Amino acid sequence: MLLEGKGLSYRYGRNGAWLLRGREIAVSRGEVVGLQGPSGSGKTTLARILAGYLQPHEGTVTLDGRSVRTARGYHPVQMVFQHPEQAVNPRWRMRRTIQEGWQPDWLTLQSLGIEEKWLDRVPAELSGGELQRCCIARALGPETKYLIADEMTAMLDAVTQVQIWHAMLELARERNIGMLIISHDPGLLKRICHRIEPM
Amino acid sequence: MNILQAENLSISFTRYTGWLRREVIMPVRQLDLTLEAGEITAVVGASGSGKSLLAHAILGILPVNAKVGGSIRYRGEILTPAKQARLRGEDIILVPQSVTYLDPLMRSGTQVRLAARSSDPLKLQREAFRRYRLEREVELMYPHQLSGGMARRIMAASAFVSGARLIIADEPTPGMQAEDVAETMRWFRELADQGHAVLLITHDLESAVTGADKIAVMNAGMTVEWLPASHFSGRGEMIRHPYSRALWNSLPANNFSLPQASFRKVSGGQEGPGCPLAACCELATARCREELPGMREVMKGWVRCHAS
Repeated sequence: MLLEGKGLSYRYGRNGAWLLRGREIAVSRGEVVGLQGPSGSGKTTLARILAGYLQPHEGTVTLDGRSVRTARGYHPVQMVFQHPEQAVNPRWRMRRTIQEGWQPDWLTLQSLGIEEKWLDRVPAELSGGELQRCCIARALGPETKYLIADEMTAMLDAVTQVQIWHAMLELARERNIGMLIISHDPGLLKRICHRIEPM
Repeated sequence: MNILQAENLSISFTRYTGWLRREVIMPVRQLDLTLEAGEITAVVGASGSGKSLLAHAILGILPVNAKVGGSIRYRGEILTPAKQARLRGEDIILVPQSVTYLDPLMRSGTQVRLAARSSDPLKLQREAFRRYRLEREVELMYPHQLSGGMARRIMAASAFVSGARLIIADEPTPGMQAEDVAETMRWFRELADQGHAVLLITHDLESAVTGADKIAVMNAGMTVEWLPASHFSGRGEMIRHPYSRALWNSLPANNFSLPQASFRKVSGGQEGPGCPLAACCELATARCREELPGMREVMKGWVRCHAS
């Protein structure tokens, strides 16, 4: 099974400069791929195209040979963002947010270090690290085949960062999830990725 | 010269939970810090450990339901609210984290001239623009026309022209690529070399170690250790506190090792007589649970821990 982008081109606005031109990228199941490049080089845009949030002007994104845009229901390609506080509904309690896509079992939550008492709180009552763990749990449903992490731990201190990555990589290994990891930290990518693609 | 000294600083908030049920939370409980002129001091710690509250307490911009204990001295004198109001923006300046702090309706040249303390703001502003590699036409641009890098330079230029003795930078580098981090840190170094005291608040230990002179590590609202940045080296043999050492060893460039202790954020509501980290620290003994550790002088710094 392969998540594959072929000949992807994208630009913002009708006459903007091409941000991506004929870009190729492929991630297979169970593989951890890093995406590295300067800010403004289109890393996030490429991620959003692969996750189906954006439609490329040219080229195709396929999962197992089928277009990701045709997927219905729970999307097999999930994304985790840099700012968790902007990725959750501020009025919902975490219990509801976590269950948006699936019913996470207690074991998954525990392995991510999520505490039961957080579930009855609203996002403003959690720290960035706590909130990000919840966002990861939300994205790790049984039908998740690929996970795209866009600067997922850039806002977090080193101890929280290492805790999250260890938990996450173990879950990905268990479930054979393919991962695309965007980071400006080359040290982190070298640590966790099987290979690193330049942008 | 000692510019700012915080002693046993605590910050608590009173909030109402339901009808007439009052709860006091204390996110900062034992914060000690000394800032010297010509030095960069980094305050490093977990998100939610109370770092930004420190900046707000120094500037006197905490919300009204906050109560401050302990003391902050500025050049030897206790900082009162009246004094804070006079000093902030003049003697003490904040370099904010993001572009959104710039006035969206003000041209960037005006913005920088406004901060300048000089008889000839224009001359000083132009000098600052040259220094930070900003073209002349940027003067006329509004914040939405600036790139992220240009906006950062405008903010650095504002700090440069202000002549403030104390510069506080709150999370100046997250999400930046390595070259930009290095450039930003170089600006702070130049400001320190001119005799300013720089307080750098960050969760990024790596940039703090390369850029700062002294590092104060925070967790659970306490400064757990204060040490020269150069002590963060090797496998952390010169680091005393278990949390600081865990922070160092979990960096991707070092071990990327999972700390034995869980070192979760300790919620502000929990009150016990002992060290707030005792519940999750692998070195904790009975004494740690019963008695709050005091500051203990060690080689070129101090540590707040019974076990190390």
